[in-house]
Amino acid sequence: MKRLSTLVSCVCLLHSMAAFGEPTAFVGATIMPVSGEPIENGTLVIEDGKISAVGSSVRVPRNADVVDVAGMVIIPGLVDTHSHIGEPAGADRSSPIQPEARVLDSINVRDAGFKRALAGGITTANLMSGSGHLMSGQTVYVKMRDGNSIETVAYKKDDGSVDGGMKMANGTNPRRDAPFPGTRGKSAALVRQKYVAAQEYMAKIERADGDPEKMPERDLAMEALVEVLNGERVVHHHTHRHDDILTVLRLQEEFGFRVVLHHVSEAHRVAEEIAAANVPVSLIMIDSPGGKLEAQYIDFENAPALERAGVNVGFHTDDYISDSRLFMRMAALGVRAGMTRKTALRGLTLAGAEMLDLDNRIGTLERGKDADFVILSGDPFSVYTRVQQTWVEGVKRFDIDDPDDRAVAEGGFGALQPSVIHEFHGYEEGH
Amino acid sequence: MRHSKFSLIATLLCIAAFSAQASDIVVRGDIVYTSAGDPIQDGVVVVRDGKISAIGPASSVSIPGGIDVVDAAVVTPGLIDAHTVVGMVGYLSQDDDQDHLEQSAAIQPELRAIDAYNAREPLIEWLRTFGVTTIHSGHGPGEIISGQTLIAKTTGDTIDEAVFNPAAMVAATLGEGAVMSGNGGRNTPGTRGKVAAMLRTELLKAEAYAEKIAAAADDDEKDPPARDLKMEVLTSVLAGDTPLLVTVNRHNDIMTALRIAEEFDIRMVLDGASEAYLLLDEIKAAGVPVIVHPAMARAGGERENLSFTTAEKLINAGIPTAFQSGYEGYVPKTRVVLFEAAITLAHGVSPDQALAAITIDAAKILGIDDRVGSLEVGKDGDLALYDGDPFEYTTHAIGTIIEGVQVSDIVK
Repeated sequence: MKRLSTLVSCVCLLHSMAAFGEPTAFVGATIMPVSGEPIENGTLVIEDGKISAVGSSVRVPRNADVVDVAGMVIIPGLVDTHSHIGEPAGADRSSPIQPEARVLDSINVRDAGFKRALAGGITTANLMSGSGHLMSGQTVYVKMRDGNSIETVAYKKDDGSVDGGMKMANGTNPRRDAPFPGTRGKSAALVRQKYVAAQEYMAKIERADGDPEKMPERDLAMEALVEVLNGERVVHHHTHRHDDILTVLRLQEEFGFRVVLHHVSEAHRVAEEIAAANVPVSLIMIDSPGGKLEAQYIDFENAPALERAGVNVGFHTDDYISDSRLFMRMAALGVRAGMTRKTALRGLTLAGAEMLDLDNRIGTLERGKDADFVILSGDPFSVYTRVQQTWVEGVKRFDIDDPDDRAVAEGGFGALQPSVIHEFHGYEEGH
Repeated sequence: MRHSKFSLIATLLCIAAFSAQASDIVVRGDIVYTSAGDPIQDGVVVVRDGKISAIGPASSVSIPGGIDVVDAAVVTPGLIDAHTVVGMVGYLSQDDDQDHLEQSAAIQPELRAIDAYNAREPLIEWLRTFGVTTIHSGHGPGEIISGQTLIAKTTGDTIDEAVFNPAAMVAATLGEGAVMSGNGGRNTPGTRGKVAAMLRTELLKAEAYAEKIAAAADDDEKDPPARDLKMEVLTSVLAGDTPLLVTVNRHNDIMTALRIAEEFDIRMVLDGASEAYLLLDEIKAAGVPVIVHPAMARAGGERENLSFTTAEKLINAGIPTAFQSGYEGYVPKTRVVLFEAAITLAHGVSPDQALAAITIDAAKILGIDDRVGSLEVGKDGDLALYDGDPFEYTTHAIGTIIEGVQVSDIVK
């Protein structure tokens, strides 16, 4: 009930209320619900921000607004598991492990990156700090609804707190002068030492058994790591080289945290090991190998190799490494390399939702789920296809026929302001 | 006498037979896009001694025996990347092999690309895999004048085997991108105005240098000036022999570039030009071609106002336009001009226009259209093979041929 009232109060902030009160039916499109086979000439009905019906022989409610979308393709709203829109800034340069730093304390919801994301069909994103630290802080899962603050756009947990994961990295990006690590061995040792401390902190809490006298002193870093250790907070781990990937799996096994592997340039070399660890992977597809040492063997082949191995595969933009407006291209390059279209579309939607523990709400077009969807001019994996509309919780948030939205989709003078994309000269921060 | 004549002929035949193996090939495509007229259905391209000797429908071109025949769904001319730094920069971004930008001084036109280009750089093979057969590479943006550029085929083990224009253009930068010029030295401009003043000052010096040479040539009493490598290169720019490739993005900086081109009456090519859509009339009137920024370039810094639609606007304004992979400092270390061209297709550019911008139109801007850029008899046998629409995300590059030699059979 508390959750419902939170939702309602958020909803009241929205400028467009078109979808509330009466249902809207989208008729005539090819619907790709991800939860099942594509539906030709399908109907999608939304009401009060939720999907109320989807199928080929759905009865359109008498009071519904009917939208003819014949010839179009409707897919679930895209889930970007790794993005840097909104200026997320967590850890600073004082130390390599800062689980207490929250990016929610830094997000600029007026950044044009949110508009670019909507133009690319993204309706949910995991906003994270960079990979220049072993642990750069708490991430935040955002819904691309209209809002004035991070609190109004963030997903909330059942207790009302902002939902998110924990950003970690290994390999070359966190390596620099002390107190940062200088080697891979030191990187792992520093992380293990911190998790051991968190285990002890957690044990003290358990021993206290609710007695305030026996509780350890509050420690923001330890509290966040306890959430990681008990599985509430998923680790989103930057990793590229095959041995670095295995190091993540080794630490994951030792400490039992839940982890999503991100980027994973050399996934094709250890696909079986990743599958055996039952760990999901969020891939980035880069137009050429290299750019830095640990990405020298990156290959489009990662996508089909992981699919064949039975790994749950998703994708991310790493915006501004790649532009959110071109997110679907990631999965298309997976198809180019041999991934099935079904898994590729799942990778843009449900797989990402699962990695963020949001698959009960988003990721497919099913009755009861959030009315987050994208209307496309055609095949999701064609270069000729354009996003026509993006809907979030039953509200149209992007429309190619709106001149302002079109300007965002295409760019132009002042179209992407305010922008916080920086010219990327170095690699000290890393991604 | 008869005997020696016979042996000479035999020797020539042997040479011919050997070269037939090396640089003769027949390519047959379900559709062949030539960049020189309508596409040819069920087309055949015959390459002999590295040059196209015949092209046309299979029904009208006789396929010579003894030559390998390669089939593809789609055949295009070998692609041309009109501006890149591949070969000048190591693909792993290590400090010791980033040779595109020397920061000790703001103006160094004497730096030759041929003295740095690494023909075995892995990203050259990467570009070749996608059908790119010719690249315009060299010193990059970031200094007022960073050095020279070259044009090379994406093959060869040495610069000498790869290069076919060792001094193609002189690379310059205006605007904010040049404000940190010479940061390793003392000669650092702090403003746009100073950047332009420094470039004009150097061109004026070169004018004076050229005048002294001309005067000495006319008068035996006068000695020519001491050789000056910097001045020699700029003299070539002033004479119109070497174009000035000016990386510039903002509209005010584009105007500065055009102003300098007019003042010194030099051949100029605009590079990047992310706000070119604001100045279509001015650019067209100046007769300056544009190598437009990669479609997927990041919209930040000086390029914050770039648009996916700029290519369409330039092309349909009648401004000579080519596409490029550009310069990248991080990941992706290089873009692929085929992918960049593809993005413009969803934003108003027709497939024919996009193909032209990475073949014949690029060749014209680079001054190499007598050799490459289209499939016509007499031109180099450079071809790219695909298993479908080359621009579609899910199509594969399946083969690349340079001067009659299949240099890639990777399916990617």
